[in-house]
This record gives sequence, structure tokens and C-alpha cells, in this order.
Amino acid sequence: MRRATSTSATLEAPLLKVRELTCSFGPGCSYCADRDAILERNMCPRCGTIHALRQVSLDVYPGEIIGIVGESGSGKSTLMRCICFDQQPSSGSVTTGLVENGTVDLLACSPQQKRAIRNTIFGMVYQNPWLGLRMDFSALSNIAEQMIASGNRKVEEMRTRGLSLLEQVNIPLRRASDPPREFSGGMQQRVQIAKALSNNPPILLLDEVTTGLDLSVQAKVLDLILRLRRDLDVSMVVVSHDLAVIRMLAQRTSVMLDGKVIEQGLTDQILEDPQERYTQQLVHSLL
Amino acid sequence: MRQLYNFAFFDEGSKREIRRAILKGIAIPGYQVPFASREMPIGRGWGTGGLQITLAIIGRDEVLKVIDQGHDGSVNAVNIKKLICATTGVALTEDTAAASLIQSRHRIPEEPLSEQQVLVLQVPTPEPLRDIEAREQVTQRLHAEADYTGAWLGLFEQVVRYGSATTGADHPVLVNGRYVMAPSPIPRLDNHKLDHVANLTLLGAGREKKIYAVPPYTSVKSLDFEDYPFVTETFEGRECRVCGAKGVYFDELVDEASGKTYHQCNDTNYCHKRQLERRQFEEQQSERRQLGTQQPAAQQLGDSDTGAEPLEAQHPEMPLERQQPAAQQPAAQQHEKRQPRLIAPEVTA
Ligand SMILES: Nc1ncnc2c1ncn2[C@@H]1O[C@H](COP(=O)(O)OP(=O)(O)O)[C@@H](O)[C@H]1O
Ligand SMILES: [Mg+2]
Ligand SMILES: [Zn+2]
Ligand SMILES: [Zn+2]
Repeated sequence: MRRATSTSATLEAPLLKVRELTCSFGPGCSYCADRDAILERNMCPRCGTIHALRQVSLDVYPGEIIGIVGESGSGKSTLMRCICFDQQPSSGSVTTGLVENGTVDLLACSPQQKRAIRNTIFGMVYQNPWLGLRMDFSALSNIAEQMIASGNRKVEEMRTRGLSLLEQVNIPLRRASDPPREFSGGMQQRVQIAKALSNNPPILLLDEVTTGLDLSVQAKVLDLILRLRRDLDVSMVVVSHDLAVIRMLAQRTSVMLDGKVIEQGLTDQILEDPQERYTQQLVHSLL
Repeated sequence: MRQLYNFAFFDEGSKREIRRAILKGIAIPGYQVPFASREMPIGRGWGTGGLQITLAIIGRDEVLKVIDQGHDGSVNAVNIKKLICATTGVALTEDTAAASLIQSRHRIPEEPLSEQQVLVLQVPTPEPLRDIEAREQVTQRLHAEADYTGAWLGLFEQVVRYGSATTGADHPVLVNGRYVMAPSPIPRLDNHKLDHVANLTLLGAGREKKIYAVPPYTSVKSLDFEDYPFVTETFEGRECRVCGAKGVYFDELVDEASGKTYHQCNDTNYCHKRQLERRQFEEQQSERRQLGTQQPAAQQLGDSDTGAEPLEAQHPEMPLERQQPAAQQPAAQQHEKRQPRLIAPEVTA
């Protein structure tokens, strides 16, 4: 069943195309300028530059959930941050059929265009809720921010939408005007999800949404994500270092190591028959 | 006699640098121009931003007025006046209409200003987005990209928490349709005194090293939502106990004898002028009475602009004696004695 979904999905054009995304921190040198240079993990042995992303490519089809799995430091968060413009990559491109029929590289857009795209096409949920939320503003304001950013100037309309989103993510409405600072970790992540959904974005980017949560809370958040996919027909990129989470959510998965995608394919296939040694270790530790 | 200081305290180079910042501010209404804020013989946060502007633009034949929260006689205003006078020798006035240059803290005079007048406002926190974003680098980018989500978010939060989008003082404004600006902690009632007015307004923040400006006849719109329009403080049904003014910004005071609260114009010069008018009117009336000409009181003395009713309408039969105690007291002294509880929150810089 799951495989059937992804097969039919691949017949359509991808909603989001990431091509050769490369992001490094440091000056770089002639040695590490070579894309096949051998590094110490993700660091250049000559100049110390961190190559957080190396030629990462990715397709996201309408309605599917893509998984990104990899150990800490493999570049997962950097990838998400580059896609939603938080981080300027060194090279590569991101396109979507929703902007100029996929003919323009989003990364080359003006700051204003990026802001508009970020507010309407992407919904981002950060690993660390402190990055995604204003902890001292009410939950409702946090959700409204996205709507205000896209030009809404009607308080009651935003309030109504905010309350309905809080309901969708199972936050009691009496907590709507409380600041997320006073919420549990699981609730904070759910407020982040509600905020990300406020403008009905076609693409959700979820970075380790369940990391650090109790198992029972984790289950609730995962359940919410599956429900959103079913009800809202939204595509998602789900990042986790936890294969169990990926197995539960993603139809297709990319395995990252030291800034590179080392294996890519249907999640079931990767779990049943991992090709790369690293993936095999990862899968076996799960079993 | 040897002069200790250059005219207006600063050397000409410093003045030029400040003037350049001012000119840039005028050219880009509402944009905060960084400048090299100088050491002053008064502490930063005591109006040094406004003072530096004043000293940079003041001329020898200037007529200067300095007010602090509406009061000409407050210690802070007096100190600033002393410093400016000692280094320039310019003439001082308390009369708003007579001043060519007005430096003020937290108020804009009630009397409309003219094209010939310049208003200098002292600013404690020039950045309207600071509550939302602590990093200067980021707020600069937000201004450059005209990303004012944060300013509206602050107002939205007000609605969520308090049920209305009303701020205390310093309600953010959109200047010339481009930059969101902190008007300095003036009451909301003063915001419209920046919108399409004849005078130039210059705003200076000494500690934060910023100068910005609202040129004459520039659009200044208070931020609000479609369903929560901007509202000013309301003093409905209230009037100044001394001069009878209505619809102006009041100090709320407590009568020590009766324990009752009453209101008095916050703008002392405005109140004095109205008291003077009232006294003149009453003197006229009494002269007429002495002359035996029992003319009906028909003269309109009230300030119709501010919605104040003509005085005789409020006190048709007021006997002169009853009016004496208030009128006899020197007005400035009266204000010194007050223990004002400002309705706008006190912003200490
Ligand atoms: N701003 C930065 N400056 C320098 N190095 C960074 C920066 N952001 C991330 N890195 C490095 O990039 C690599 C990938 O980090 P990250 O994307 O956070 O990995 P993950 O999310 O998979 O744990 C790490 O080695 C990290 O130290
Ligand atoms: Mg991460
Ligand atoms: Zn190198
Ligand atoms: Zn009065």
C-alpha cells in the first residue's frame, strides 16, 4: 500500500526539487574545492572548513513524506535551514512548481520574495522550539505571526484560525493566551506545528520534532503528523536521527552521513535491504 | 571675557556631523540614522539625543522653548535650558507660539506648530522593533526589507492579553508609507500631531546613537488592525480644573484636601494661556459690570480646536472672587507643587 502511494506519486512532477545543495563553514582551500576530496568526517584536513552539506539532491512529490535520517552532525538541520532560507548555502538550487513553474531558483530570489515564499509555501518546525517560537508571546500570537507576515490585518480572523489550529494540534483552548515558555516540550512542538500550518503551506519541514520527548508524547506528535498528512494533503520533509520515527512516517528516505546523501530510496527497501555499510549498521542497531 | 565653549558647546566639525545625520534623516523620513553620539555634561538618557540635535541646529537669533512631559518648569527642562543658554545666549520662551525651536520630552505641544518652527523630541528607545528582536543587525535588516510583522505582532499580543490594541505611550507609526518609527513616548493623543503637520520634527536618541526625522507635511500613520482601529486616550467628560480645556492630554491629580482626583492640562503653557484668556475675559466682564453695561456674555474665548467650550458657557455667573485663589497663584509655582500621576507610563531612560 505504502509502496503503491509512492509509485503513483513519482509519476507526477516533484513539488520540491533540491539540487546539489552544498554548504560549508570556513574559507575552503584548493584541496577541499574538489567535490570528491576525502575529508575527516565533514571537515577538510588541510584548512579545517566544515562541509556541512555536499551536493545534496532531493525530490519531494505532492502529498508524500520524505524522511532524512542520519547521525548527529550529518547535516540534516543545515539542509532544512538552507531550504527555508535560514542559511545561505554555498551552491546548489531549490525549485518548486509553485513558484514560476519551477523555473526560478528560490535561493536566488530577493529577500522579500524569499519571505513571501517562506510564509506561504514552507512551514518550518525546528528541532529546538526556542528557535521556532517566541517563548514570551502567547501561543495564539505565535500562530498569528505567520499570518501577519503574509499581510493579514484582521485580528478576529487570525484569532479564529489560530484557535482552530490549536484545537487541531490538541492544545486546550484555555491555554491559547499563555506563552509557550509555560508549556511542556510536547506542547511546544505542537504549537510550532500549528504555527507552521497557519498559512496552509503545501510543504512542511519538520526537524527532529519528536527528539527529546517522552515516548508517549512522541507517539501523540507522530500521530498528529500522520493525521495532518491525511487531512490536509500536505507534503513533508521529516528529519530524524531515529529510524523508528522515519519508518513510521516516511515513504521514501535519504540517509545522510558527513554532509552527503549516501543512500536514497523507498523506506521499506532501505530497512529491508540496506546497501551501504553505514545504513546497515543503522538498521541493525534498530532491530 | 574669555569664552569657555564654542558657540552651542560643540566644535563646528561635530555640529556638521550631526547636521549631516539630520539631513539624511529628513531625506529618508522615519529612518534611523546612526551618528557618533557625543559626551555631554549631562548623563545619557537625560535628553542628550535631543540636546545634540538642538545644539547642532541652533542659531544666534533662535527663540528656544524646552519642555519635559509638558512642563516648562521641570528640573530636567530647566537644566537643559541652562546649558543651552550658557553656551549660546539665545532667548528663552515658554510661549509655544513664540518659540522657533522647541525641545521636548514625551509630549508634543497642544498648540499647532507652524512651518517656521522645529520640534526636537528626546528619544529613549528609538527602535520600534526592539521588543521583538534584540539584535541590532537583525532589526536593521527588517527595516531594510520593510518587514514589520514584529510591530503588528506586538499589537496583536496586546489584543490577546488585554482585549485591545492600545499601547501606553510610544505607539508605533508608519512614516511616509515606508519606515515604522517609534514616535518617542508621547501619548497616543499626540500621534496625530506628527501627521501632515507644518513643522519639522527631529528625534534624537543619545544613548542609542540614532537621529531620525519627520519632515513637514509627511504622512504619519499609527499602526492598527482593520477590526481594531487605533484609538487615543479618552478623557471623555473630563476637563481641566484650572482652565476648563477638554479633549487635551491631562495630568491626573489628587486633591490632598478632599482626596478626589481631578484633571489639569499636561501642557503647562497651553493651560497658562487659557487661564490668561479667562482672566482677561473676566476682567473685561467686571469692567463692564462696573461701567453698568450689563452686556450678555457673547464673546467666544474657548479653543474650538480642542473641543473646549467657551468659558462663559461653563461659568456663566462666576463671581470674580471665587476665581481668585487659582488665578492669584503664580502658575509655574502651581505646577511645581503638583504631584502628577501621569496617565502615560513614565519611561525612564
Ligand atoms: N553556523 C555554523 N557554523 C559552523 N559549523 C556549523 C554551523 N552550523 C552547523 N555547523 C556544522 O555543520 C555540521 C552539520 O550540522 P547540522 O546540520 O546541525 O547536523 P545535524 O542536524 O544532522 O545534527 C556539523 O558539523 C555542525 O557542527
Ligand atoms: Mg539537527
Ligand atoms: Zn580545505
Ligand atoms: Zn488647563
